[in-house]
Amino acid sequence: MRVDWRTSVAVTGTVVKYTAVAMAIPLVVALVYGEDLLVFGASIFCVLGLGILLERADPEPDLGPREALLLVALAWLAVGVVGTIPYLLAGYGTASTLAHPVNALFESMSGFTTTGATVMGEISTDRHSHALLLWRQLTQWLGGMGIIVLMVAILPELAVNGADLIQAEAPGPQLQKLTPHIQETARVLWKVYFAFTLLLAVVLYGLHLAGFAPRMNLFNAVAHAFSTMPTGGFSPQSDSIAAFSAAVQWAIIPFMVVAGVNFALFWHVLAGDTREFFRDTELRTYAGAVAAFVAVVFGLLYAGVAPPLEIGGTTEGTVEPALRHAAFQIGSLLNSTGFATSDFAQWGTYGQLTLLFAMFVGGSAGSTGGGIKVIRWLIIVKVLRRELFRTAHPDAVQPIRLAGTVVDEGAIRGVVVFSLLYLGLFGAGVLVIALDAARIGLELTALEAIGASLAAIGNIGPAFGRLGPFGSYLALPATSKLWMVFLMWIGRLEILPVLVVFTGSFWRR
Amino acid sequence: MSPSTVRPRWVADGRAWISVVVETTPQIPSRGTASRYGGHNPFTLPPRTPAYETRGGRSVHVVIIGAGQVGESIAADLQHDHDVVVVENRADRADELTYALDVLTITGDGTDLDTLEEADIGEADMVLATTDDDETNIVACSTAKAITPSAFTIARIKNTKYLRTWEHDEGAFGIDLMVCTNLLTAESIVRVVGLPAARDVDVFAGGRVQMAEFEIGDGSPIVDQTVEEADRFDSLTFAAILRDGDVEVPRGDSCLLAGDRVVVIGSPHSVQTFARTIAPEESPDESAEVVVIGGSEIGYHVCRLLEKRGLSPRLVEQDHERARTLAEQLPETLVMESDATDMGFLEREHVGDADILVSTLDSDEKNLLECLLARRLGVERTVAVIDRTSYVDLFETVGVDVGVSPREVVAEEITRFTQSGSAENVAFIESDRAEVLEVEISADSALAGKTIRDAMADLPECVVIGAITRNRELIVPRGDTEIRAGDHVVVFVETPVVDEVTALL
Repeated sequence: MRVDWRTSVAVTGTVVKYTAVAMAIPLVVALVYGEDLLVFGASIFCVLGLGILLERADPEPDLGPREALLLVALAWLAVGVVGTIPYLLAGYGTASTLAHPVNALFESMSGFTTTGATVMGEISTDRHSHALLLWRQLTQWLGGMGIIVLMVAILPELAVNGADLIQAEAPGPQLQKLTPHIQETARVLWKVYFAFTLLLAVVLYGLHLAGFAPRMNLFNAVAHAFSTMPTGGFSPQSDSIAAFSAAVQWAIIPFMVVAGVNFALFWHVLAGDTREFFRDTELRTYAGAVAAFVAVVFGLLYAGVAPPLEIGGTTEGTVEPALRHAAFQIGSLLNSTGFATSDFAQWGTYGQLTLLFAMFVGGSAGSTGGGIKVIRWLIIVKVLRRELFRTAHPDAVQPIRLAGTVVDEGAIRGVVVFSLLYLGLFGAGVLVIALDAARIGLELTALEAIGASLAAIGNIGPAFGRLGPFGSYLALPATSKLWMVFLMWIGRLEILPVLVVFTGSFWRR
Repeated sequence: MSPSTVRPRWVADGRAWISVVVETTPQIPSRGTASRYGGHNPFTLPPRTPAYETRGGRSVHVVIIGAGQVGESIAADLQHDHDVVVVENRADRADELTYALDVLTITGDGTDLDTLEEADIGEADMVLATTDDDETNIVACSTAKAITPSAFTIARIKNTKYLRTWEHDEGAFGIDLMVCTNLLTAESIVRVVGLPAARDVDVFAGGRVQMAEFEIGDGSPIVDQTVEEADRFDSLTFAAILRDGDVEVPRGDSCLLAGDRVVVIGSPHSVQTFARTIAPEESPDESAEVVVIGGSEIGYHVCRLLEKRGLSPRLVEQDHERARTLAEQLPETLVMESDATDMGFLEREHVGDADILVSTLDSDEKNLLECLLARRLGVERTVAVIDRTSYVDLFETVGVDVGVSPREVVAEEITRFTQSGSAENVAFIESDRAEVLEVEISADSALAGKTIRDAMADLPECVVIGAITRNRELIVPRGDTEIRAGDHVVVFVETPVVDEVTALL
């Protein structure tokens, strides 16, 4: 049987339709702030219409495993595209950089994939409406736990193939079902995710009310909660979290770290099983990696790897600022959030290389973080050790174990293949970005090109140099931006579900 | 007591029926066997005394299903004192047994109601299912239990999954005792591995007392010493010296010669120390390198039990799928996929450096070959699983250090169970030349209240009191130690006087 692409298109239409529902939130914000209602009103109208139109491709969609793969790939592309409509409408006739369709697509895809790379010029509430900036944050929040997971949670008709769908979307090598019903699992994940977001917003606004954070008003508190939990990285402030007090920075650090943890584990904690939580191998490795990197970066900052900075201040020979900036930058970059409190683009080479190295780690499976992921590194290290052992003892039979449980060889193959593709695409990405920049005469350093490619495929956001945390990707040529859009898309869905759609055998019987 | 056999604690007339009365366990009222025999429990008398008269002319009726090597061996042990009926589905085999043993044989299916009724199952006191098929044994026992609820059913099982079910809910399948061949064999092997110099090891008094048989090698430090000189170990008793097929009860001036075998009884620690002293080069510890050849159920259990002792054995299995399964089930074991007779493999993996090699392949010949190969490569000690009981002696002569026969292990376990009267635990030495018994001293025993010196005067010459446990603590028997009621005494007895001794105890 051939792939029934109409089915996938129709369900994509449903996803698009519900995106319009999400747009009601910025509409309400516009109402509250007395801003132009037309932008989101028209957006909702357009998106709703498009969704209903697409739904008509197949009145009775019946998803098989291959249709599910196609749907996930299509749906993410579709929300990326319809997410541009508010940017385009708001920017129409103004000097906004987002009026250009490529820029709008870059910003929209960067949002939904929780990358956090921006091409928005002059990020502030003076230049853009609160509603538009909140939409930018909201795209990250929707993409964080996954729009498909959300759809499975709310749409009973998707629950039948929910396992296939979630497997294709969720980060990590293996699907973890928490409850017998996949729909219930999806709901649990979103509930935990929602709870953490709410908690962070309350904490941040609480700091404001307590007088520790003068600039963290309600809008900022919600906006940053929307960006922290999905490991996004967008901020309605042009100088990211550096705009806020040290108390806010400290408060955000643990939430960023939590965002890189498998959310399924919190479900066990809620069920009263803390042992499962603390014994989880991936969690312990993740925590260990974070701690180790923080220690190294703290040492570097203390020793003076960063000069006195306009954004970030002096860290040489200080304890609290050095520790805070080390913990924040690592907490942000290791699991692909992309916030910054210090302009690390101006750090010394050693500091930048350490951060680049940390970016390769990624979050945990089942978290909102991007990258290769801790569990894959664990498996890869064990596979390497096994291969070395087998060189000496060719007859040995050694299953790979994670916390005493045997990992299926098929899953191991998947992990190795994914990691190779990830590194391959990352390498190709560096080359494309560097050559494309050279084509238009844009001078790009090696670290900038490497950073840009990794930031896109790992859904991290900021790179180095001009593409650093307080810079912008605006200067890159349109072709590079489109290439990065592709990398973000394929990186968010963990490569294989997207790549398979481009193979001939996927379409043949 | 090995964990693979959990014994029911049935007690009648205040005495153990067939059971280990665990020292502190309160005695549980009987399930009614006593009343069936007019208040006389048929099992309360020492089993080897002709007991027909005292039972009102009715003897113990035993039905054995399956006349394989295990069934035959048990039938042979029980034939004289019990009415034994053997059910066997192969007519020629049944015929063979009719002439070989003093038992009644019936040809037919042991799970078939008519056949069982023909075997007079309604009158059976005990039913033993010992065919080679687990499911047949279980069904046969269930059927027997359904017809005769009072019959005591014993099933021989190979697969441990049934054992686990049974242990989970004792009495499941209508089986009163489940004996797992593979597990028992593995336990037996692991005991031998744990004491490398030992040829045989048995445990008593819930593990507080060990009996072990050692061969004294040429280079052993105790060669040419007298027993008095050699006996420098706390809580260890020399029970016997086996020389040229004779059993000799050691005296202080008995001289130990190279090639002798000694039976010692004592605490596990002292037995271990003794093993290390007489054979220092074979001293076992956790770094001992054990190679297990063949990933059969026995091989699997050997590795599992060794893992429990903190060892990391190597296991060689030829079949790809099986090797993978084993590797998944045994986290501490290094599984290798290879033909174990491949010299290239054995040399590449330096199998010759191993301290112990256990061969659990599916054929006796392969196991022999494997052990001989290993010997040649320099393995210090080889253990082979030998299916055919009659090969054990032969293989041990040719060069296998220890041969373990699963059938013998099981037959021994079942016989031990069926024969024990007040004797709780029995080990056989030198294929029945002598026995080591564990007995609880009752208040009316002839020994109660006497010192060992006085008691020895009452007992025949060829008896040695090896160890006493009182309130679950080991007491080293010395001449002035007083024996009290309730003590558990481990005694070494030569077979000819066993009946006389058990009557006295």
